[in-house]
Amino acid sequence: MKARRKKDAAWYCLFVLPLVAVFTIIVIIPFFIGIGYSFFKWDGLPINPKVFVGISNYTRLFSDSRFMTSAVHTIIFTVIAVLLINILGLTFAMIVTSRLKTRNVARTMLFMPYLIGGLILGYIWKFILGDGLKSLGEAFGMENVFFNWLIDKNMALVALIIVAAWQMAGYIMIIYITGIQGIPDDVIEAASVDGAGFWQTLFRIKFPLIMPSFTICLFMTLSNCFKIFDTNLSLTGGGPNNATEMFAMNIYNEIFKLNNYGYGQAKAILFFIVVAAITLVQVSITKKKEVAM
Amino acid sequence: MKKTRSIIANIVLILLCILWLFPVYIIVVNAFKNRAELYENILAFPKNFSFKYYAEAMDKMEILNALKNSLIVTIISIAIIIVLASMCAWMLARKDNKLSKIIFSVFVATMLIPFQTLMMPLMQVLGFGRDTLHLPVVNTLGGLIFCYIGFGASMSVFLFHGFVKSIPVALEEAATIDGCTKFGVFWRIVFPMLKPVTMTVIILDVIWIWNDYLLPSLVLSSKANRTIPLSTANFFGQFTIQWNLAMAGLTLTIIPVIIFYLCAQKYIIKGVAAGAVK
Repeated sequence: MKARRKKDAAWYCLFVLPLVAVFTIIVIIPFFIGIGYSFFKWDGLPINPKVFVGISNYTRLFSDSRFMTSAVHTIIFTVIAVLLINILGLTFAMIVTSRLKTRNVARTMLFMPYLIGGLILGYIWKFILGDGLKSLGEAFGMENVFFNWLIDKNMALVALIIVAAWQMAGYIMIIYITGIQGIPDDVIEAASVDGAGFWQTLFRIKFPLIMPSFTICLFMTLSNCFKIFDTNLSLTGGGPNNATEMFAMNIYNEIFKLNNYGYGQAKAILFFIVVAAITLVQVSITKKKEVAM
Repeated sequence: MKKTRSIIANIVLILLCILWLFPVYIIVVNAFKNRAELYENILAFPKNFSFKYYAEAMDKMEILNALKNSLIVTIISIAIIIVLASMCAWMLARKDNKLSKIIFSVFVATMLIPFQTLMMPLMQVLGFGRDTLHLPVVNTLGGLIFCYIGFGASMSVFLFHGFVKSIPVALEEAATIDGCTKFGVFWRIVFPMLKPVTMTVIILDVIWIWNDYLLPSLVLSSKANRTIPLSTANFFGQFTIQWNLAMAGLTLTIIPVIIFYLCAQKYIIKGVAAGAVK
């Protein structure tokens, strides 16, 4: 009996330990030493001393105007992008779940941008919304609308929103499609027999039934937009004049460009807290809905 | 009447989709044009197809080398993630004791941590591995693969765990009575049944690892090791002004993605949907 137990324990270790070991080295240890670093002042060079500064890295955050501007811009970007992505995604999903013959081709085409990574996608649009728009403006004499958006501080943010929407709308569409296909046909039929029109069916029947998809999509886009980095880097690089420097890029620049390792890490920990809070709210909402159904 | 309306609706839909993919058209056609022609009208079709810029971009980006590196990293990382995560998740689901519950919750909880929170301390850990333990973890593809296994662990364990719980234990018990070891039970009986969720994990990880930029940019420094996103970023740093050349480079980098998409389209859409809803 004892031997069998020992054998079982050995099997357990053999199956579980390898992954847990790698995971501990790559995720768990960095997470905890990261919390430690956030209480020190350090420029990243191993020969230079790390000076303990307590929570001053955290209190400094609130008087850092570049950081606060970046936080505000991230929030503006996130709110508009989330709305736009979900409106587009839901519209696409409703079109491609209709009876049109071309629906499968359409689905394939609309989803494609999601597979092109954020970095390359940003470069593609960098030409179109930068020099491309400018040359169109010159060719058609509409220079006040079509100019290089990426060097204007407001339009650069708009550009970032457009690119994020182009990337994620197809992805969100896929999730909405799953929701819409889950609506039983007889419910829709019953509604049409009862004389419900298109809009009535949409708002009274379909939307309430795809509520779980709404929650998933809203939070998925919320957290993805909030964490945007690659597209930000390749499209605008944070410019002009840091006007489009989002939260994640601000952290990256603080650590690797300005060499404030400790202070940057404090920002990174705050970033974690915000992202975790968003996700936990989502989980609790989804759980509540499940009970209600 | 009804038929014509349906034809019109179909045409409108296809036009909408073509418009949606217009950015791809723009980069592909402009890569064929010379500088003067490019700025004359960016929307126009090229007058003659010259592959000059494609050849130059291919050469300057060292795209074949980058493609090789990306393939090595993506394939090996995913293979190891699948093997280790499926084994781990199966054991955690079947031996449902306190320790398993704790390990599983830690995996799930860390899914909340964004990469930016870990990147700097992770570099310190890797630096320690290189300087003190003399391990080849910095600036090697092996080191990068090691990182991907760690970062990919949580989500794959989560997906495999959910799936294992839905399959009955009876078959495994029968095999154990017949004298199969745990190893045999897992690889002969359980793993084949995990195929749907394995596909999901593969798809999600391919999209993630193939396109990932930040982690390789921190881990890899030498030119020979560059993956596709790294060589693209580097190429852009040098040739932004020469747009036709830059666009030829971009077109080349998205060709593998499109081939992958067309081959595995059904699995990709299914995998992405399954991964998101869970």
